[in-house]
Amino acid sequence: MIASAEQLQPYLESFAAFAKSAPGRDLAWLRSLREEAFARFCEMGFPTTRAEDWRFTSVSAIAQTRFRLPRRGAASVSAETLAACQVPGAACRLVFIDGSFISHLSDSGKLPESVRVANLAAEIESHPRELEPHLGRYLNIQRDAFASLNTAFLEDGAYIRIRPGAALAAPIHLLFLSTGGSEPLASHPRNLIVAEAGSEITVIEEYASLAPGVALCNTATEIVAGDNAVVTHYMIEREDVQSFNVSTLRIQQGQDANVASHSILAGGAIVRNNVHPVLAGQGGECLINGLFIGSGRQHLDNYMLVEHASPHCGSRQFYNGILDQHAHGVFHGRIIVHKDAQKTDAKQTNRNLLLSDDAQVDTKPQLEIYADDVKCTHGATIGQIEENALFYLRSRGIDEASARRLLLLAFASECVERMKEGPARTYAEQFIHGRLFATTRAARESAASAAVAAAASANGEERG
Amino acid sequence: MNLLEIKNLHAKVDNREILKGLNLSIRSGELHSIMGPNGSGKSTLAQVLARRESYEITQGEVLFNGKDLLAMKPEEAACEGLFLAFQYPVEIPGITNAYFLRSALNAVRKYRGEDEMDAMDFLPLLREKSKLLQMDEKLMNRSVNEAFSGGEKKRNEILQMAVLAPRLAILDETDSGLDIDALRIVAAGVNAMRGPDRAFLVVTHYQRLLNYIVPDRVHVLVDGKIVRSGGPELALELESTGYGVPEPAARGGAQAAR
Repeated sequence: MIASAEQLQPYLESFAAFAKSAPGRDLAWLRSLREEAFARFCEMGFPTTRAEDWRFTSVSAIAQTRFRLPRRGAASVSAETLAACQVPGAACRLVFIDGSFISHLSDSGKLPESVRVANLAAEIESHPRELEPHLGRYLNIQRDAFASLNTAFLEDGAYIRIRPGAALAAPIHLLFLSTGGSEPLASHPRNLIVAEAGSEITVIEEYASLAPGVALCNTATEIVAGDNAVVTHYMIEREDVQSFNVSTLRIQQGQDANVASHSILAGGAIVRNNVHPVLAGQGGECLINGLFIGSGRQHLDNYMLVEHASPHCGSRQFYNGILDQHAHGVFHGRIIVHKDAQKTDAKQTNRNLLLSDDAQVDTKPQLEIYADDVKCTHGATIGQIEENALFYLRSRGIDEASARRLLLLAFASECVERMKEGPARTYAEQFIHGRLFATTRAARESAASAAVAAAASANGEERG
Repeated sequence: MNLLEIKNLHAKVDNREILKGLNLSIRSGELHSIMGPNGSGKSTLAQVLARRESYEITQGEVLFNGKDLLAMKPEEAACEGLFLAFQYPVEIPGITNAYFLRSALNAVRKYRGEDEMDAMDFLPLLREKSKLLQMDEKLMNRSVNEAFSGGEKKRNEILQMAVLAPRLAILDETDSGLDIDALRIVAAGVNAMRGPDRAFLVVTHYQRLLNYIVPDRVHVLVDGKIVRSGGPELALELESTGYGVPEPAARGGAQAAR
């Protein structure tokens, strides 16, 4: 659909200004990449729920908000905030505020020579030739307006490259902070992770807010996993409940490459988590593991697109959702097995726990199989906390709130156990525990206040 | 004072009355057995005492250690020292047996104003009790009851009882489905815990268990009421003569023929 002129006008203005000052504006390939992406965005406009891929998620709140691009270096951040998002045992931490790299808040750590970690804006100026073969080569800007918008405003983010055969055990931590506040800002962080043949690396992308407020974080990450490379990626979304987060993780896997994507979505008003691996080389393995925890009126949409393009590849998708109050979760698991991808083994499981009558989940498998010798399975469940299990725990002396929390932790632990042990898993696990603790506490408080309200209204009736 | 005092207890589930005026008193140090045909209300009694909320109490009173048991939540009853060994122990994937048991013990200790136990202090206790029940220590690091055999599940119930050391333990058909070796282990676990400060209410369908756990009193529950009470010899008599009353019609007569 052609986007409305009214909706586009602010983007046209922003893009005109951005194109004049953007890093690498003189690089022909980058300029045409941005321009092509912006033109495509203008053609498509923001998706509506009439589009199959957006059936369960309305982004009209994003389309209707007038976002401004942030001014560079305008924000400040306290040491306490930074300490709260510290991954013990991380190799280094890059901090971005509203999409821009903040050097003095970042800790470059002591990285071996085989690992290069830099911010993209600087890298575009200093090493454009190194970026050119990969940047924007994998992300599909033709079918996803958010990916094209991100590419149009491609400016800063992280660039990580690990040389062939090198292994870095400690995770690299990328922390993206939104300032929030009264004026809605849009940022478009862009990351490129290149793991060359036989290398091994772990990256944590974390999104958090400095203050409540409406913001759009439209982020995209391209991972290039060379032959036999092992890449582990964590996405932790914990932004303010008024903010919008759209992320796209595009993974290109070489022969025998082994990639794990772990997503933990707990923040945001509207969150869309796109994970799109392409198993392009034979023998690739891909694990797509996720946990989404929603409460209030949060809308958490997970769109998985797993493409098997070569024979003998395996993919496993496991997403667990925990939804309370009026939260709405979506799991869309699409698997495409291309004609030549014989002996594909693809598995998909989505399990959901609904903690209230008003919580909702839409789960949709979509299998497109063009090869004849493949194994594809999918399954989805939607349930509640089991009353038997709750009573069993309580009958042993554990109070109701703690028993509920234990059962939620048990449900979430399925997801945690798929993560390889190490600092990244420990960090993710602690975050999940904290979030579930808040969930059960909030549930208890809302139950208590509902009881008070019911008592009050009952009293009122008596008086009446 | 009686540890447990049940007076004229009536309970309903799904609008059907199951307990119809049940009276029972148990003193500390005693072991009582409740026997009865299927559908007589044995398990309902056990669940009501453990404070399962799906049962509606329409009449009566239950005092546990002098306190109003029917006003307690399940966790409060547990912390006051009541324990139910489940007829069908629940599987909880994702929580290890050891973690579950320590959480339970610490909840009870906290309620009693005692210090919580850390994993280091808890482990020797768990080892000792596992040995008593001849449970493989590996089961402690597996999810609660998940993929346990029937016998392992029942032994796990008795292990929990041993760790939590309750004032009153209710065993709901713990013997059902056990082979003779498992039955002996379970009985030994129970007998090792008998003492002046503890009482037991053993609900069973079969007399066999009472060869290993000798009761002080035996009660016959039929159609929601205790119809007979006596000493251990009553169990033997029932074994040979049956319950001497017709089964509730809906449940069929197969058991009555025994």
